[in-house]
Amino acid sequence: MRYRDYLIRRLLYTIPALIGLSMLIFAIARVMPGDPARLALGPEASEEQVAKLRKELGLDLPIHIQYVHYMRGVFQGKLGVSLYTNRDVIVDLKEYFPATFELVTVAMLLAVAVGVPLGILSAMRKDRWEDHSTRVFALSGVSMPRFWIGILFQLVLAYHLGLLPVTGRMAADLPAPARITGLYLVDSLLAGDFVALKSSLLHIIMPAVTLSLSPIAQLMRVVRASMIEQMRKGYILTARANGMPENLLVYKYMLKNAFIAALTIIGLLYGFFLGGAFVVETVFSWPGMARYGVRAFIYKDFNAIIGVVLVIAVAYAVINILVDIAYGLLDPRIRLGAEAREA
Amino acid sequence: MLDISDLRVYFDVFEGEARVLDGISLHVGEGETVALVGETGCGKSVTIKTVLRILPMPPARIVSGHIVYKGQGLLAMPEEALHALRGREIAFIPQEPMSSLNPVFTVEEQFTELIRWQGRYRVGWLERLAKSFDGAGKRAARERALDLLEKMNIPDPVRVMRSYPVELSGGMSQRVLIAMALAGNPSLLIADEPGTALDVTTQEQILRLMKERVETERLAVLYITHNLGVAREMTERIYVMYAGHIVEEAPTAELFRLPRHPYTQGLIASIPKLTGEEVVGIEGRIPDYVDPPSGCRFHPRCEHVMAVCREIKPELVPIGPGHRVACHLYTSAPAGP
Repeated sequence: MRYRDYLIRRLLYTIPALIGLSMLIFAIARVMPGDPARLALGPEASEEQVAKLRKELGLDLPIHIQYVHYMRGVFQGKLGVSLYTNRDVIVDLKEYFPATFELVTVAMLLAVAVGVPLGILSAMRKDRWEDHSTRVFALSGVSMPRFWIGILFQLVLAYHLGLLPVTGRMAADLPAPARITGLYLVDSLLAGDFVALKSSLLHIIMPAVTLSLSPIAQLMRVVRASMIEQMRKGYILTARANGMPENLLVYKYMLKNAFIAALTIIGLLYGFFLGGAFVVETVFSWPGMARYGVRAFIYKDFNAIIGVVLVIAVAYAVINILVDIAYGLLDPRIRLGAEAREA
Repeated sequence: MLDISDLRVYFDVFEGEARVLDGISLHVGEGETVALVGETGCGKSVTIKTVLRILPMPPARIVSGHIVYKGQGLLAMPEEALHALRGREIAFIPQEPMSSLNPVFTVEEQFTELIRWQGRYRVGWLERLAKSFDGAGKRAARERALDLLEKMNIPDPVRVMRSYPVELSGGMSQRVLIAMALAGNPSLLIADEPGTALDVTTQEQILRLMKERVETERLAVLYITHNLGVAREMTERIYVMYAGHIVEEAPTAELFRLPRHPYTQGLIASIPKLTGEEVVGIEGRIPDYVDPPSGCRFHPRCEHVMAVCREIKPELVPIGPGHRVACHLYTSAPAGP
């Protein structure tokens, strides 16, 4: 019970944090140099036209009044009009966020599916060739620039070998699947449209792999380190000495302990990529939120900036709470609220 | 039943080569209870970890020696074959109850799974899946675990089974660990100072319980301890170990009646007595293993040190029935101290 209370408290704590963040980003979006009205209308517009637009946007009001107006809109499900798309920002985000979310989720699933087993392998084969080669792989995964790898993939896999489509989320001649979640993979599956499913799968492979390389490397190193730490633990030595089968010992009794450390990394990277997949989205012309966000910053599209930042913040908060729940599921010491004893 | 001969285990450390076990020989007979006594850091734990083959190698390295259990050499045995012995022939009770149960699984899960899969080197996932539907097998393992816990005088075994290790006291965890060690009906129990981490009364209870179980099951025990009092209570025969050497071996009663080696005498003198006599300790500490004293490793701390002690390592020589000692006092000069 106490653990559930703790989670509820965590959830409530994020509300003031989000309000604080909204104020901060609201202020920053307005003190940034450049006049959004002027940028939106272009250099040809007259002073009167600019002043008129400023008045329409409420930019002539004191900033705290603007904030109150903005927040009133937020509670009615409106995030203000984007100067660039002329639509409410929430409409834009509904279009772009699922694309980013889909890409990052697939990339993170890939990272866990590849990084964790490789980490276990290199821990079990410590200082042997398997360990050394995964170490080289990890180093290259972290150090090679993502845009470069992306372009390399496009050149080799798409252009020379013709195995995969170069850019986009789905073949241009296919209609997008009926929108249910906004995730093409899920929507096309729900619609039973396997042509669309295949096309979106083929399209997501390269960007997701590109995005997953550095998380794979980081996860691998974390899992390796914590598995090696587990090997020396008293409970592992005792279980081995009393005849617990070796593979159960490794894949169950060690891994569950070791995975707790990996969870932290997964949560952090997930949040980071939701806001930071820009390079990959650009290289692969992925119609995601990062591209939208950068364009918003360039044109000082202040409502879009605030919208993007808030979405990332909410996603981050949600992921953190999910990670906390997962901690509790994995580790009874956290769930029981007992002090973690040194094992 | 268990024979260790001339075992040398060295550790590669930053300073060089630490000769932690330097020619250990010991023997445990069928149904016999034997103690290996020595100060912390004398190599007792390394000895048993080598027997159990759970010593991390590297940094440790077995340089020479044989460990033979019921005619089978343990050191050369492949891991697969070793697993058939672990728990079912030779079982292990660890020293630290609080860190020897897996913190993220319930007692029930780790205990019943041990009962069900003990002795196997690996288990296929298909087989595990198949067994997870085997309700009767599960119940049998659970019954067995509950029975073993009950025999360790655990008041509410059902609750203990449901608990995670953090919810148990140290004494309770230690009882669970002893129950787990006995799960495979082993013939030889290797115990690494069980109960040392607990308070004295709890330790006393646990030792008494263990002794009772050992007697009813007619187990052979190799008992590691730094506490001679415990060794006296628990065992029939004692090996005294100092800095990687066995310095004296005798039946327990004999050792207390007539300790020969100056180190043994010092150990016995340093046992606190209820009568309030002054306790005499041994000056100095366990030596460095990278650059150990020449000759007898005890000579820098010995009151009876002679010139020969600095030169030549004394061999274990018989000095009475079942009593052997490695000390130049009994080889060069016949008169004892």
